[in-house]
Amino acid sequence: MSSMSPSERRLQKELMSLIKEPPQGVTVDTESVHQNLSEWKINIKGSEGTLYEGEDFQLLFKFNNKYPFESPEVTFIGTNIPVHPHVYSNGHICLSILTEDWSPALSVQAVCLSIASMLSSCREKKRPPDNTLYVKTCNKNPKKTKWWYHDDSV
Amino acid sequence: MDSDNDNDFMDNVDSGNVSSGDDGDDDFAMEVDMPSTTERTQETDDYQYKVLTTDEIVQHQREIIDEVNRVLKLYTPKTRILLNHFKWDKEKLLEKYFDGSDDNTEEFFKSAHVINPFNKPTEAVQLKTTRSQCEECEICFSVLPPDAMTGLECGHRFCLNCWREYLTTKIVTECLGQTISCAAHGCDILVDDVTVTKLVQDLRVKVKYQQLITNSFVECNQLLRWCPSVDCTYAVKVPYAESRRVHCKCGHVFCFACGENWHDPVQCRWLKKWIKKCDDDSETSNWIAANTKECPRCSVTIEKDGGCNHMVCKNQNCKHDFCWVCLGSWEPHGSSWYNCNRYDEDEAKAARDAQEKLRSSLARYLHYYNRYMNHMQSMKFENKLYASVKQKMEEMQQHNMSWIEVQFLKKAVDILCQCRQTLMYTYVFAYYLKKNNQSMIFEDNQKDLESATEKLSEYLERDITSENLADIKQKVQDKYRYCEKRCTVLLNHVHEGYEKDWWDYTE
Repeated sequence: MSSMSPSERRLQKELMSLIKEPPQGVTVDTESVHQNLSEWKINIKGSEGTLYEGEDFQLLFKFNNKYPFESPEVTFIGTNIPVHPHVYSNGHICLSILTEDWSPALSVQAVCLSIASMLSSCREKKRPPDNTLYVKTCNKNPKKTKWWYHDDSV
Repeated sequence: MDSDNDNDFMDNVDSGNVSSGDDGDDDFAMEVDMPSTTERTQETDDYQYKVLTTDEIVQHQREIIDEVNRVLKLYTPKTRILLNHFKWDKEKLLEKYFDGSDDNTEEFFKSAHVINPFNKPTEAVQLKTTRSQCEECEICFSVLPPDAMTGLECGHRFCLNCWREYLTTKIVTECLGQTISCAAHGCDILVDDVTVTKLVQDLRVKVKYQQLITNSFVECNQLLRWCPSVDCTYAVKVPYAESRRVHCKCGHVFCFACGENWHDPVQCRWLKKWIKKCDDDSETSNWIAANTKECPRCSVTIEKDGGCNHMVCKNQNCKHDFCWVCLGSWEPHGSSWYNCNRYDEDEAKAARDAQEKLRSSLARYLHYYNRYMNHMQSMKFENKLYASVKQKMEEMQQHNMSWIEVQFLKKAVDILCQCRQTLMYTYVFAYYLKKNNQSMIFEDNQKDLESATEKLSEYLERDITSENLADIKQKVQDKYRYCEKRCTVLLNHVHEGYEKDWWDYTE
């Protein structure tokens, strides 16, 4: 344990608690994590009674060595990217806690819950209005995007 | 006032004579007794601004805090946050502070993201701060004794290491100074400067933090502005914010209100518009609109650079035959194509009118733009002139003139540059100006100053020999006095127009 950096130590602790007491519908792909502690794949199930019921999604978390003082890079990956007004078809998510409103007191679990609740409160499945242009022109890293948080209601 | 007008009028008449041919000797005779620029120096004298070094800025900041705190009697770092929230406007802060009930006080501190110091700490906070067992830091999940933990008055506690990391990231990566909030999610209480300096130990980070808070002090304080010159670290402090000529210690002269080079007689807002217009692509698209047409069928853009008016669209999918003049189909033009006015549909006519209008507005813009750029270019050359003038001054001293006797040359270049700069901005002013009687007087003034300035420039480029030396000195002196005077007349006329609402604008 002592050879770990503070960032690794914290990730290790977060991982343990996420495996031990996962929030509903959230599972960590432990295999991916054991290979590389700085990239986690997390599966999220669309909650019952929402537009995404029955769908499975996968999130990729990338942590740099400044974590948790810098936010993780979080994107949807895989074949099923949720159709949602704040999720671009390349998997980028427009969510303020992932950039400006990030706090080191937040955690992977808090981010997962935020994303799950963002999906659950959606009333119409559609892509963001600027999807085509954004996907064509954006940086690969969503943290490089200057997000404009238009609306917190969805 | 009337007599002033008369004077202006007289000046105009004089200058008319001069610019129509005399070589300057006559105006000297007329102008020799005139007091030069008194009016303008007076105008600038009552505007007492100061150029501050970084240390003086920090000192000034401390003085404001102390002054406010003599009234508020709060913890000094808190006063600093409050002042920053009110953009360092102490009157506004005090007014809000003493404005009414306890509810307002609560709101007052809340909006500045500060805990109300008059509230008793809530039980939860008290419990946390007095607790003696170990606590878990929510960031690194370490369990630590209370003295390794700290927090602001909001009660969110983290360990010293995490605080240090957190603040360092905010300062170094995000360049935040005065606006770093508590590390807890959703807590907007701001971290004060004393806490930051206590928690951060790395000297480089401390220095950066100091720079950031000093910068935000200058940037949000309406009475301060950094000198915009490259690498200059001075700031200018003024008694009231206004478009004024300020002269930094580094030598740069700029407008306090907008930070551009001093741009009298044009006002900041028009200059801003103008710079934007020159910078953006709008003129390219205006050129396209004025000089090209679109194929009436496929809308591809066509520039006609010669040839007859029978157009065949080169777009292989289109190949439309049409007439360049009326944009109608070519077919009915047949053998008598030149009479295509016959097929003058309203639409084609409207399109042509619109294009005609665009063309003339483009021509108008280019007229002003070219003259503006021309003076700007010349001003750059004039800076080279300083070097050659210095050499000339040395030559003249070898021709038995004393140091003091040759100073007129430097003065002449100073005035030349000043006139060029004024002229340059007169074109921006004129571009937005609607024609009326006063604008015509302005244009006369402009024309006169311009021709005098060119003459002065020409004299300064002549070779100096011992034979023509006395003559040249006389001519240069006469001319620069004249230019200086004309420049003042022009500016005063425009200023008077601002006061008396003479100027109508085109936009």
